[in-house]
Amino acid sequence: MAQEAHQYGEYCQRDRTIHPPALAPTYKTSVLRSPRNSLISLQNSLSEITAPVFSHDELGPLDHDLILNYAHGGMPVGERIVVHGFVWDEFRKPVRNALVEVWQANAGGRYRHRNDTYIAPVDPNFGGCGRVLTDSDGHYVYRTIKPGPYPWRNGVNDWRPAHIHYSISGTGWAQRLVTQMYFEGDPLIPQCPILRTVPTEAAVRQLIAVLDRNNAIQLDSLAYRFDIVLRGARATWFESTWQSETSMERE
Amino acid sequence: MVNELDYLKESASQTAGPYVHIGLAPHQAGFDIFETNFSNVIAGPQAKGERITIEGRVIDGSGTPVRDVLIELWQANAAGKYNHPADRQDKPLDPAFRGWGRACSDFKTGVWTFETIKPGSVAGRAGRAMAPHVSLWIVARGINIGLNTRMYFSDEAEANAADPVLNLIEWEVRRNTLIAQREARGGATVYRFDVHLQGPQETVFFDI
Repeated sequence: MAQEAHQYGEYCQRDRTIHPPALAPTYKTSVLRSPRNSLISLQNSLSEITAPVFSHDELGPLDHDLILNYAHGGMPVGERIVVHGFVWDEFRKPVRNALVEVWQANAGGRYRHRNDTYIAPVDPNFGGCGRVLTDSDGHYVYRTIKPGPYPWRNGVNDWRPAHIHYSISGTGWAQRLVTQMYFEGDPLIPQCPILRTVPTEAAVRQLIAVLDRNNAIQLDSLAYRFDIVLRGARATWFESTWQSETSMERE
Repeated sequence: MVNELDYLKESASQTAGPYVHIGLAPHQAGFDIFETNFSNVIAGPQAKGERITIEGRVIDGSGTPVRDVLIELWQANAAGKYNHPADRQDKPLDPAFRGWGRACSDFKTGVWTFETIKPGSVAGRAGRAMAPHVSLWIVARGINIGLNTRMYFSDEAEANAADPVLNLIEWEVRRNTLIAQREARGGATVYRFDVHLQGPQETVFFDI
């Protein structure tokens, strides 16, 4: 049908006024790791609107269950939570089959990583990573233990609010995003140097998961709701072929 | 309501942080958990095309390698076709080739590598051919929003000279920052490509 021919179009220009800038001096590591030149803007080509497609047979049955996927004879310590939400694009269309990968510290704020030396102990029953694909509604769900806050060497008394890291793939390479999910009510949120690099209050609020009591598993786990918005692709009403559909002989 | 645009705003990016490997490459973090792990081997034994290694470091503004970087690569197959339904070019798909990989830098040397095949030329906008290239996406501690760039091949000088994206870069000296140098190493073909985040050799990064 006519709709399908225009299903894949170029993405809307990214609104960089809501993203943290590359150079954010209160986040010290960004000073030497940020480009000084302006980004060069590209109109999307096939390289930007295509992306890897992931399938369910690449994921294991416990990949979305951080409570069980590293259990070694016991269960991890901490607050059991279900985390779920929708991945949409800017046009409110669900992003189907998006790969959502998450990682986090344990309940004490310690990461299972060779470079983390924080004094809180590693939990022998907690790995701290999981992955899931969004369904046909763009919905994802996983369960885990609520991570703890932890100190980091920005200022000597800087503490990250409790957070879960997210990596999201989408339908097109231009949508690729890494972000972090925070928890409503956390008093560390307004004091975090990394969160303070996000320029608008609305953008910060969008990164804060809300308690979703109706979706709690009774007498088992609380639930949090966290939606993610990726860039949207415009409908191509008038351009017939903005990509060349034939071989290169047209050149 | 009349004339109201009710678009959603994209979620803000956040740094991937120093422990990005836990989620995206757990073995590098120091443990094994998933049965299937995404890797830097993009081309399996069945993939068609010229086998190449892409190797480099990401270097910060002080000249120090970024040792905790995570880099992803996306490319077309040897015929110049992407394994994605949006690519309707009349070229053969290679079902054994997805064209995507993920690499971590070595924690000591900062070197990352990809094992793949050299991509073919892909049709660009308005029928102008793009020179063979791969798309790179770079995240790490200290990087607030993933950096996008492209890598081209030194042995494609004619195609590079006509590439619509390289020609968009008005400072010709900066175009060189996107060209990987081909080397022969004991029978293997290696393309060397360092990414400079900042400084006189700063790599061109794109807003895609």
